[in-house]
Amino acid sequence: MATATPTSTPTPQAPAVNRLNRQLPDYKGLPSTLCAGCGHDVITGQIARAYWESGVEPWSLAKLSGIGCSSKTTAYFLSKSHGFNAVHGRMAAIAAGVTAANRRLALIGVSGDGDTASIGFSHFLHTVRRNVRMVYVIENNGVYGLTKGQFSATADRGSVRKGGVDVNESYPIDCCALAIEMGCSFVARSFSGDTKQLLQLLKAAIAHPGMAVLDVVSPCITFNNHEGSTKSYKFAKAQEDPLHEIGFVPHFEPMLVDVDPGKTKVIDLPDGGKITLTKLATDYDPANRAGALNLLAQDKIERRFHTGLIYHNPSPSLSFIEQMGMVDEPLATLPQSSTRPGREVLEQVMESLS
Amino acid sequence: MGTATEIAPSAAATYTGETIVNDLVIEVATSNGTGSQSANLVLMRSIFRMGVPVGAKNLFPSNIQGLPTWFTIRANGDGWIAKRVAPDVFIAMNEESVEDDLAKLRPGAVLLLRTALKGFLKRNDLIVYECPFDEMVKDVDVKLRKMVVNMAYVGVVGWLLNIEMEAIDAAIHKQFAAKAKAAEINVVCARKGWAWAAEHLRKKDPFLLRRLDKTKGKIIVEGNNATALGLTFGGCTFLAWYPITPSSTCAEALIDYLSEHRKDAATGKATFCAVQAEDELGAIGMVVGAGWVGARACTTTSGPGISLMSEIAGLSYFAEIPAVIVDVQRMGPSTGLPTRTCQGDMLKAYYLSHGDTKHILFIPKNPKEAFEMGSRLFDVAEHYQTLVFMMTDLDLGMNYWMSDRFEMPTHREDRGKVLTAADLDRLGQFARYKDVDGDGICYRTLPGTDHDLAAYFTRGTGHTERATYTEKPADWQRNMDRLARKFETVRRELPPPEEDLTGSPVGVIAYGTSDEAVAEARHLLRLEEGLETDYLRVLALPAHVRVKEFLSSHRVTYVVEQNRDAQMRAIFAAEFPESASRVRSVLHYSGDPIDARSVVEGIVKQEKR
Ligand SMILES: Cc1ncc(C[n+]2csc(CCOP(=O)(O)OP(=O)(O)O)c2C)c(N)n1
Ligand code: SF4
Ligand SMILES: [Mg+2]
Repeated sequence: MATATPTSTPTPQAPAVNRLNRQLPDYKGLPSTLCAGCGHDVITGQIARAYWESGVEPWSLAKLSGIGCSSKTTAYFLSKSHGFNAVHGRMAAIAAGVTAANRRLALIGVSGDGDTASIGFSHFLHTVRRNVRMVYVIENNGVYGLTKGQFSATADRGSVRKGGVDVNESYPIDCCALAIEMGCSFVARSFSGDTKQLLQLLKAAIAHPGMAVLDVVSPCITFNNHEGSTKSYKFAKAQEDPLHEIGFVPHFEPMLVDVDPGKTKVIDLPDGGKITLTKLATDYDPANRAGALNLLAQDKIERRFHTGLIYHNPSPSLSFIEQMGMVDEPLATLPQSSTRPGREVLEQVMESLS
Repeated sequence: MGTATEIAPSAAATYTGETIVNDLVIEVATSNGTGSQSANLVLMRSIFRMGVPVGAKNLFPSNIQGLPTWFTIRANGDGWIAKRVAPDVFIAMNEESVEDDLAKLRPGAVLLLRTALKGFLKRNDLIVYECPFDEMVKDVDVKLRKMVVNMAYVGVVGWLLNIEMEAIDAAIHKQFAAKAKAAEINVVCARKGWAWAAEHLRKKDPFLLRRLDKTKGKIIVEGNNATALGLTFGGCTFLAWYPITPSSTCAEALIDYLSEHRKDAATGKATFCAVQAEDELGAIGMVVGAGWVGARACTTTSGPGISLMSEIAGLSYFAEIPAVIVDVQRMGPSTGLPTRTCQGDMLKAYYLSHGDTKHILFIPKNPKEAFEMGSRLFDVAEHYQTLVFMMTDLDLGMNYWMSDRFEMPTHREDRGKVLTAADLDRLGQFARYKDVDGDGICYRTLPGTDHDLAAYFTRGTGHTERATYTEKPADWQRNMDRLARKFETVRRELPPPEEDLTGSPVGVIAYGTSDEAVAEARHLLRLEEGLETDYLRVLALPAHVRVKEFLSSHRVTYVVEQNRDAQMRAIFAAEFPESASRVRSVLHYSGDPIDARSVVEGIVKQEKR
């Protein structure tokens, strides 16, 4: 933080900068066109802040999304990053191509519950299986906001649609449980109303060397914020039950507070960053896969809403890029000398076919 | 082993009857998965090694063992090696299909009939050689017998038609190059067949093969293999695919070539990435993602996959992202016939996706062209920043073709209009969709470019020159008009059609694998009907202005296509409506490759009307 200098004329406070000497506005996007009060806008703000605080160069990041109100938000943060607002449901597949073409790019994907859990469900699961290194944010409002409030596949059973007539009888899809099932090594749930937790989770996800899935309950003010909805602001606010208090210390910052090992668990990340999890009501171990799945299963039955780092595998499998055994340089910019085999190769093949 | 034993002279040594030399079609009916493919390829290669031009068509049910398979080899001293119906020599090995097979033979055809099947013979207008193929190989290990019995017919037919034993030997060693022991056993069995024939048969048919010098320097290759090689030399860095007949062998060959020849010399690491996607939506999604970032990205598929790729094809067109799709066409509609050929995706591919969308199509006629075009696809996709198709088909993709050798590409790769950080420094501004040069092709930056001006927002929705969202009618129309302008630039710059002009008022237009049959048909029309024709072969879409001129300068033009609905003709009618009334169709859509006779009949029938 800036400090006052002991001169007689007071100088204006220098604006805060991150480790790249960039200010927060460098991480902002165009003004949002979503409904005032939409949960998605809150997440947008935290994403910008998380990248700013993490000191990521905007140009080194690509923002991907599908179609939906949620997917539109990639225009509302990080204008200095390339953005790709693609087609409905295919963003996760596109991400695999993007990372393959330039392994140095950092990736964030923003999707909705419709985009991820319905039309793009297969791509989501397969991209998790492949372990594409990216931050994958599902802005989960239980409805299709953009097409005016139809139930999505994450709507809870018994939840009531706006108007009070339609009741959802179908079983909900839990993207967190499925991500764990598909081998994801970083799975979190949060709430747009809990910005403090969300920011820390996002920063931890940015540092995670594999696919990080964040399912963020993000109320649709216009179509799913009524009595009888389990994704309304009121319901989520009342029901949110954090598993722990989460903190994140990036690798380039020292750990400032002493932690009490009895209360706080520290997770060391490969890049030197640290996640701190401070115990709240009960002790929760995010490294316990079965425990995490069990928690989610119980949450579903008992209609609970736990948030925090639900699952974290301290020794994740190889990322997609690592599995592919590719050269260190981005494929996108390889010169012809590395991508066209020599004349002798063609001659040898011709000989084998003669 | 018996390889050193003396070989009896072939039937030609003592045959004195009428002869037909170097002009025949052999068809072999076997059951799938019995090793017959190897025997048939040996037969083909033996003829090839005698310097006689040869073509082959494999008609197979699916890759499941036990179903009937027909392999047709056409040897022709004048080089006419397109499909020809009604074989001259038929080898009946398969009980399941034998009844139909024998009924279909033309009168006077030669039949080599496996003794076990002789009960099925109900005709007396064929020249029959009954051959106890199973008996010939009875002392071979029982486990191998089913496989090598096929090599016995190679020996018998070799003796009968005067295929040189050395050529057969060499072909077997080529076929089993990696398996010396298997090669030995096969050589033995071919010789057993030969020896049996020499001892027991007396030639009573006219067909003979004699050495020529017309295959020197040539190769035998499947089109899918050629395409894969083209993509490899074209600098492919990304492949995403989902298996589908008849395209799978193209992706698999590509992966093989890339794995072998595209490793970094210093580190041994791959200079490519190949992914088997979850489906075709995923495959084209990955390709467009990779193309957006600057990889040279492609996918291979067939009709059903094309249908699934439709939405993202439109995204590639509209957001102007380079992408390459190889469509190895098979019979549709719907699942259709996965193992039969067709040119049935032309219209669909050209306009693939919703709204006003058009794509570039390359249409190779043979493996050499598949290689050459394949090696340029990424250049074209990156140059015009759009989706490019290569339209091959099952006939080209999965059949073995005699081909000229492929030549090393000498062109420098074209990465299109890409601005680097240094360019941005110099220019001080960047507008993604601004037509700076007036050719409709704009400048792009690649994600990851180290510059604060580099970023832009890619979307399939309405966009301004600066890539911001717009719903303004004028913005929308300006962009659509610019895309149309870009397409006209493409039309001017794509390879012109190939033409053979004689001054005749009758024109013929064809594309892709119809070329060989059409060439032969024109020869037959001249010979049998005294009808000269002009010929134009379309190599790419959008169609060159020469097509328009050709259509308007002929009294009538026959467009030959392997589909039911005259799809290319429909494209011409849309783009050159002034000539629509002078255009007629010759259509072939049985699933078999097109043959010259069908083309001749199609034209003669309409000329006489
Ligand atoms: C192929 C296709 N089908 C349907 C649509 C229409 N559509 C647009 S967004 C959307 C649902 C979005 O829901 P969600 O992902 O939950 O986003 P939200 O708007 O709720 O944030 C649908 C069905 C489309 N754009 N494309
Ligand atoms: S419709 Fe719902 S999801 Fe969409 S912007 Fe409005 S509040 Fe947000
Ligand atoms: Mg939603």
